[in-house]
Amino acid sequence: MSTASKATSALGHLRICDLSGQLAGAGSTRFLAALGAEVIRVEDPVLQGRWDIVRGSMPYRDERRGIELGGAFNNHNVEKLGVTINLRTERGRELLRRLVAVSDAVTENFAAGVLARLGFSYEELKAIKPDIIYVSNSGFGHTGPYAGFKTFGPIVQACCGLTATSGLAGQPPAGWGYSYMDHHGGYFMAMALLAAVVHRNRTGEGQWVDMSCTEAGLALAGGPELLDATVNGRTQRREGFPDSNHSRSPAMAPHGIYPSAGDDDWVAIACRDDRDWTGVAAAIGEPWTGDDRWATLEGRLAAEPELDELVARWTRARSREDAVERLKAHGVPATWVARPEDRIEHDPATAAWGLWPTAHHPEIGDVRVDGVPLHLSATDWSIRRGAPLLGEHNEQVFCGVLGLSREELDELAAEGAI
Amino acid sequence: MSDARTGRPGPLAGIRVVELASELGAYAGKLLADMGADVIVVEPPGGHPTRAYGPFVDDRPGPERSLWWWAYNTSKRGVVADLDTPEGRDRFRRLVASADIVLEGEPPDRLAGLGVDHTDLRAQRPELIWVSVTPFGRTNPRASEPATDLTILAGGGAAWSCGYDDHSLPPVRGGGNQGLQTASVFAVLGALTALVHRDAGGPGQHIDVSAHAATNVSTEIATVSWLLSGDTVQRQTGRHAMTQPTMEVQVQAGDGRWVTTGFAPHSADDYRNLLEWMDSLGIRDEFPEAFFLELGVERGGVDPRSLDGDAEGMAIFGAGRDALVFIASRIGAYDFFVGSQQRDMQCGIVFTPEEALADVHFRERGFPVEVHHDDLGRSFTYPGVPVAFRGTPGQVTRAPRIGEHDDEVFHA
Repeated sequence: MSTASKATSALGHLRICDLSGQLAGAGSTRFLAALGAEVIRVEDPVLQGRWDIVRGSMPYRDERRGIELGGAFNNHNVEKLGVTINLRTERGRELLRRLVAVSDAVTENFAAGVLARLGFSYEELKAIKPDIIYVSNSGFGHTGPYAGFKTFGPIVQACCGLTATSGLAGQPPAGWGYSYMDHHGGYFMAMALLAAVVHRNRTGEGQWVDMSCTEAGLALAGGPELLDATVNGRTQRREGFPDSNHSRSPAMAPHGIYPSAGDDDWVAIACRDDRDWTGVAAAIGEPWTGDDRWATLEGRLAAEPELDELVARWTRARSREDAVERLKAHGVPATWVARPEDRIEHDPATAAWGLWPTAHHPEIGDVRVDGVPLHLSATDWSIRRGAPLLGEHNEQVFCGVLGLSREELDELAAEGAI
Repeated sequence: MSDARTGRPGPLAGIRVVELASELGAYAGKLLADMGADVIVVEPPGGHPTRAYGPFVDDRPGPERSLWWWAYNTSKRGVVADLDTPEGRDRFRRLVASADIVLEGEPPDRLAGLGVDHTDLRAQRPELIWVSVTPFGRTNPRASEPATDLTILAGGGAAWSCGYDDHSLPPVRGGGNQGLQTASVFAVLGALTALVHRDAGGPGQHIDVSAHAATNVSTEIATVSWLLSGDTVQRQTGRHAMTQPTMEVQVQAGDGRWVTTGFAPHSADDYRNLLEWMDSLGIRDEFPEAFFLELGVERGGVDPRSLDGDAEGMAIFGAGRDALVFIASRIGAYDFFVGSQQRDMQCGIVFTPEEALADVHFRERGFPVEVHHDDLGRSFTYPGVPVAFRGTPGQVTRAPRIGEHDDEVFHA
C-alpha cells in the first residue's frame, strides 16, 4: 500500500489483477479503486495500451493528443496502478502468473475466449491460486450460441430490450443516447466481484463469475412490463409502444417532458396522484384546470393527449425556471431537463455531494471527474489520482509487490516482456 | 451449460437483510435476494402502496396480483410491521437485531422522527450496516424535494442525451425505471463494500445513496465532454449524443423490425465479407455500389479518420455503410443480426425484453427461469439471477404475499 489512506479504506485489503478496459470493465474497478482496493491495471506495451480503445481517445482537454491524453480514459481509471506486461512472451506470462498468485481477483472484459487462449482460463488461474475470484465480463457471456459475438454499449442495449423500450409513441425507438450498459456492465461486474468475495470470506472458495452484459441489461429492462408479456401475453411490440415519457407502472398523468419558452428547453413533470393534481392546477392557475375530468387519475388518463397539450401550452409560454419553481412550490415533482452545465456547474445537490472531485494526472493536469454517488460514514471513497500512465507503476508493483530486483526489471524491459 | 445455473445457493447465502419496502430500494433488495441473501421485506398492514401498481395478473387488480410487486420483490421473505405504532416499531427493532444489513428508502427525516433511525439502532450494534436510498441524499440541500423516476432521469442528465435528431420532439426518459434502479444498484454496491470491510475487521456503517448523484455519474460522454472541454452533447436518434452530428445507425430491416449497425465497415475483411454476404443472398448485382466494396478490398480497407480530400476513400466508406442498410432491407432483423456477427461486424437487433428472454441464446445459458406461484397453481417465466456465478448460481423465487412469513420470522 502506497498511502496511509489505503490502510483505513473500505477495500484496502483487496488486490485486483485487472485486465479489463473500455468503460464496461474499467468502470467496475474504478468503483473498487475509489473505495480503496489496490487495482493493478495490466496493459499491453506492444499496442501502447490500445487494447482499450478509450486510451488516448477524445474528448481531450486541450490541443494535445496522444496515448496519455484521453479524457474518458482518465475519468474511468482514477486511483488505479498501471503496469505493462507483454503476454506474447513467456516471461510476460510468468509475470502475470506471479501477479495472479498474490491477487484476490482477476477481472477482464475481452471477447469470450481471449484470455483462455493466452493461457489464463479459470482452471489455469485456479491452479495458480486456488481461491481466486475470476470475473469475466463479455457481451453475451462465455457460453451459448452468441458467446463469440462482439458488442459495445449500444449493441448490448439493443439486444436486451433497453433500446426498444425507450421512445415516443409513433416514433422509432430512441434508445439510450450513450453507453448506459457500459456503466451498468461495470456496476454489475463490481457487484458480482464483491458478492464472490463475501462468499470466499465465509467458505474459502473462489469461483468463476461469467458475467454477460446483455443478461445484466435484461435484469434492468425486465421489470413489470416484461412480466406483463410473460404472464399476460401482452407483448411490448405493439402499436403505441414505446411510450416511455408517460408512466403506466405506476399510472400517472400528466407525466412527461414538456416544451419551455427557451431554445431546446424542456421541463419534466410527474403528477403522482390526485393531490399532486391540485398542486399542478394551483401552479398553472388557469380556468381549464378546474374541469372535473382532471380531478381523478382515471379522468386524466382517459384524455391524456388533450391534457398533455394543455400542459404544454402553459409550459411553452414561460421559462423552464418559472414553470419548475411554481410546480415545486406546490409539492409537485418537476425539473428542467438538465444540460451537462446545469447539473455540473449550477446544481446545489451535486456541489454539496462533492460529486465532481479533482484528480491529478501527470500529463493532463488537474481535471474534474465523476465522483461516487454514495457516502460511507466510516470509510468513504476518495478520488485524487488520475489514470495511470502506461507502465507508470511497473517498478512499484513488480519490485514492491512481486519482489523483483531492479536488475530483473531492466532485463524484462530489454527483452520486451514489459 | 444451462444446468450450471441451478443447484447451490447464491454467493450471499447466510447474509440477512431487513428491507423497509420502498420504491427506491426495492430493486436493491431484489438483487441481494436473487444473489442468495435472506432478505426480509417489511410492509405496513395491508401491504406496501406499490402493490397497487399495475399491470396485474390477468388484468385483475389486487395486492397479491401486482406485477410491479412481483418483479421487484423476487426471492424475498415478507413480514408486516406498522412503524407508526409502538408495537410495530418493536417488531422492527427485533428484526434489526438479527440483521447484517438494513436497507431503506424512507423520506430523509421519517425514521429519526419515529426513533428507529440508524443513529438509534446502530448504537447497540456497531457492526450493523445501514443503507439509505433517497432522491438527493439524507442531508442534501435538495433533500426535501419530491422526485420520481422521471425527474431523476431528467434532472440527473440522462434525458438530455436521449431522444431524436428532430429537436422539436422532446428528450426521452428511457424506459424501465432506470433512475430508481441505478440508485438501487449503488445501494447494493455500498452494502457489499461495507460487508467486505466488516469481514476484514472493520465496523458496520451508514451508507447514504443519492439517486440524483447515481444518474449524474452514469451519463458517460455527456459529463466527460463537459468536464474536459466544456462541450455540450446533442441528442440523436438511436445513437450516442455527441458534440458533432454522426451518421444514422438504426435502420429498419426487411421484416419491419429495427437493427443497429454499430461501427461502420472499414477493413478489407469487412468489404470482403459484405460482398460474400450479398453473394450468398444473390443480391450483389442489385447493389449499385458493389464496385466500391471491391475497391475497398483492393485498397486494404480505409481509415475513417483520414478521409478528408480522398474522394475514392469516402465513396468506399459510404458504400460499406450503404451495403449494411441494403442487406438489412432485404432480410429479416434476426438474420441480419446473426449474419453480421458471424462476419465479425458488431451489429445488433432491437429486441423487446420478452423477445430477448425467449431467445435461444439466453435460454441455452439458463437465464430465463420458471418461477412457481404455488398460490395460483401456475408458473411464469422471469429473468434469472442477473449474473452467472458458476460456483454459487442460486435461484429466483416468487415475491412474498402480505405477511407471508410473519410466523416463521417472529415466532421461530
